[in-house]
Amino acid sequence: MALRVLVGCKRVIDYAVKVRVKPDKTGVITDGVKHAMNPFDEIAIEEAIRMKEKKIVSEVVAVSCGPAACQEVLRTALAMGADRAIHVDVSGKEYDSLQPLHVSKLLAKLATSEKADLVILGKQAIDDDCNQTGQMLAALLDWPQACFASKVEKQDGGLTVTREIDGGLETIKVKLPAVITADLRLNEPRYATLPNIMKAKKKPIAKKTAKELGVDLTPRQSVVRVEDPPVREAGVKVASVEELVAKLKQMGRV
Amino acid sequence: MAASVSRVLSAGSNVLLGQRASLLAKKCRNFHVSILTNSANNANSANFVSAPSSLDAMKEEEVIMRETVAKMAKAKIQPLVRKMDEVSHMDSSVLSALFENGLMGIEIPADYGGTNSTFFSSILVIEELAKVDPSVSVLCDIQNTLINTLLMKYGTEEQKKKYLPRLATDMVGSFCLSEPQSGSDAFSLKTVAVRDGDHFILNGSKMWISNAEQAGMFLVMANAKPTDGYKGITCFLIDRDSPGLSVGKKEDKLGLRASSTCAIHFDNVKVPVSSILGKFGHGYKYAISMLNEGRIGIAAQMIGLAQGCFDATVPYTMERKQFGKRVWDFQAMQHQIAQIACKIEAARLMVYNAARLKEEGRPFVKQAGMAKYYTAEVAAETTSKCIEWMGGVGFTKDYPVEKFYRDCKIGTIYEGTSNIQLNTIAKFVESEFKNR
Repeated sequence: MALRVLVGCKRVIDYAVKVRVKPDKTGVITDGVKHAMNPFDEIAIEEAIRMKEKKIVSEVVAVSCGPAACQEVLRTALAMGADRAIHVDVSGKEYDSLQPLHVSKLLAKLATSEKADLVILGKQAIDDDCNQTGQMLAALLDWPQACFASKVEKQDGGLTVTREIDGGLETIKVKLPAVITADLRLNEPRYATLPNIMKAKKKPIAKKTAKELGVDLTPRQSVVRVEDPPVREAGVKVASVEELVAKLKQMGRV
Repeated sequence: MAASVSRVLSAGSNVLLGQRASLLAKKCRNFHVSILTNSANNANSANFVSAPSSLDAMKEEEVIMRETVAKMAKAKIQPLVRKMDEVSHMDSSVLSALFENGLMGIEIPADYGGTNSTFFSSILVIEELAKVDPSVSVLCDIQNTLINTLLMKYGTEEQKKKYLPRLATDMVGSFCLSEPQSGSDAFSLKTVAVRDGDHFILNGSKMWISNAEQAGMFLVMANAKPTDGYKGITCFLIDRDSPGLSVGKKEDKLGLRASSTCAIHFDNVKVPVSSILGKFGHGYKYAISMLNEGRIGIAAQMIGLAQGCFDATVPYTMERKQFGKRVWDFQAMQHQIAQIACKIEAARLMVYNAARLKEEGRPFVKQAGMAKYYTAEVAAETTSKCIEWMGGVGFTKDYPVEKFYRDCKIGTIYEGTSNIQLNTIAKFVESEFKNR
C-alpha cells in the first residue's frame, strides 16, 4: 500500500500567547508575536508519520499556504519526519483575506497534481476556529471525509476511522482517496529530535503560487470589525426564586 | 579607512601633486597592513565581513533547535526538577529524553550517529536546559563540550568508532582531571600511569568528577612520566567496568544536586596502550584547550540559570500587591529589575560572541574567560535579587528561585575559578599593552 499523504500545516499565533486586538479593530496584532504550527496540524503530521512508520504510507508531503514565514512551519514538519514540503506563497493583502474556501481549492489542486491518496488536516485552526477546510476540500474533490478523527486504522480497501461526535464516538469506514481531519485525542505529537532538525535542512521545499495552481484568491467575505469579547460583568445575588424569576423577566430573558 | 582616503585622493588628484598623492596613499596602505598583521595583540582586527549582523541573528536550524529544546525541557524535565534536587539524583527518564532528542551528541557527525550540528547549537541547548534545570544542563555541557570534542579532535578512527556512536545514543562520559590535592593547580596531579609491556597501570584518585554516577567511560588525565613534570600528563580512555576502577560516594552538595559528583579511585587499573587519547605527554595541552571551550559552555549554563530565575520572578512581582499596588509598580523595583535585565543581556551577548568567535576560527580564549567570569557573577547577583523581589516565598522551596540561588554558586568555582579567569584575562590585557 504505497500511499502518498498530503498534510496541511497552518502557521498561527502560538497557543500560549495572549492575543490582542489591533487598535483599528481590523484584526489582531501579529507583528513580533510568536507564531507556531497549528496544534491540530501537528497532530495531523504526527499521524501521517506514524502511518509511514507502520508502512501504511510511503511518502508524507507537508503543505502550507501563506507568506515566506510559513517555511518555519514546514521545516518543523520536515524535522518531525515529513519527506518533502510545498509552500504555496500567498502574502500581503491576499494573505490577510485568505479564507478556508481558497485554501481548500489550493489543496484540491495539489492533491490532484501530487496524486495524493490521503489528505490529513487539523480539524480547525486555533486562530479562526473555522472548522471548514477539510469538509470543503472533500466536497471539491468528491472524496469521502472523516472529520474529528480520534483513531485511524488501516482496513482492506480503505481506512476505519473513529470520530468524536457530540454524543460520543462514531466509527466509520472510508474508501481511499479520502480526507481526514485530526482531533485532539488522535495522538501526542513527537518533538523534532535535533538530528532530524539537521537532516530536514536537506529536504526540499517546493514553491508554488495560487496563479500557477489556477486558483482565484478573491475574497468573498470582508472582515467588518474585530473586538475583544465583552468584559465579564459582576453577577447579582438574589434572595429568593421569586426574585430570580422577576429579575429574569425584567431582563427580557424569560 | 584606506579605501576612503584613496577615494579622496583620486577625486582630488587634480589638486594634489601626483607624487605627494601616491606617497600618502602608500603610507595609508602600510598603516592598513600593519593593523592586519598585528592580530596577536588586537585579536579581532582582520574582521571584515560584507554584512555584519547583531548577535541576536541566528540560523533557521538554531532557532528551531532552541524552541524544540525549550518545549521538551518544559514538558519532560520541569516536572521533575524539584524532586531530583531533593533526592540528589537525576531521573533516568531525563537522561533518556536527552539522548532520544539528540542532545548528547550535538557536534558528532551523522555517520557516527550524532546530530551533525555546530558548537553554537550546543551553546543554545545548554542555555535552554539551564533555564529549567542547571544540573541537567551541566551534564549535557560536559558531554558535548569536553568528552565529545576531545574524542573528535584527538581520537583515532578506531577510538571514534568505538565511543562516538555510544556517546551520541546511550552512554554518558566523564572528564577526570581534579584530585583531592590538585584543583586550580591541576597539573600537579598525582595519579600515575606506569608502563608495563603493552599496558599502563593506573593508580590514584580523582575528585569532584561530574556525571560519575551515570558515566560509562572516563577521560582520565594521569602522569605517565612524572620525571617530566606536567609534560608527562597523558589522557587515557577508560571504560567503567575496568577492574580496579571504583566510583566513590556521591557528594552531598549545596546546589547542582541532581548532577552526580563523585570521587573515582584507580587501584592498579590496567589499560592497553591503545587507550591513550592523542599523543603521549600531551594531556595537559588537551586539557587547557578543551577547558577554554568548556568555559563558553559553562557561561551558557550560567546565563540560562540567570534567565530562568528572572523569568520565574518577574511575573510574581506583577501579581503580588502591597500598599494597594503591584510590587512591580514601585519605581525602585522597576529600577532594580531593569538593572539586572541589563546585566543579563550584556552577559548573554558575551557568551554568544565568544561562541561565534570560536566557530569562526578566530581567537576566543580571552572572551571565553571573560564570559565565564562575568556570567557567574551575573547569575549570583540575579538569583540573590530574585529572592528579595519574591519576598518571603522566595525563601521557600515551594518556589524555584532558592534552587537557582544555590545552583549558581558553583559557577565561580568549577572549570576554572573566577580568580583563574581573571589571571587569564589580565595576561591578555598585559600582552595587548606590551606591544603598543
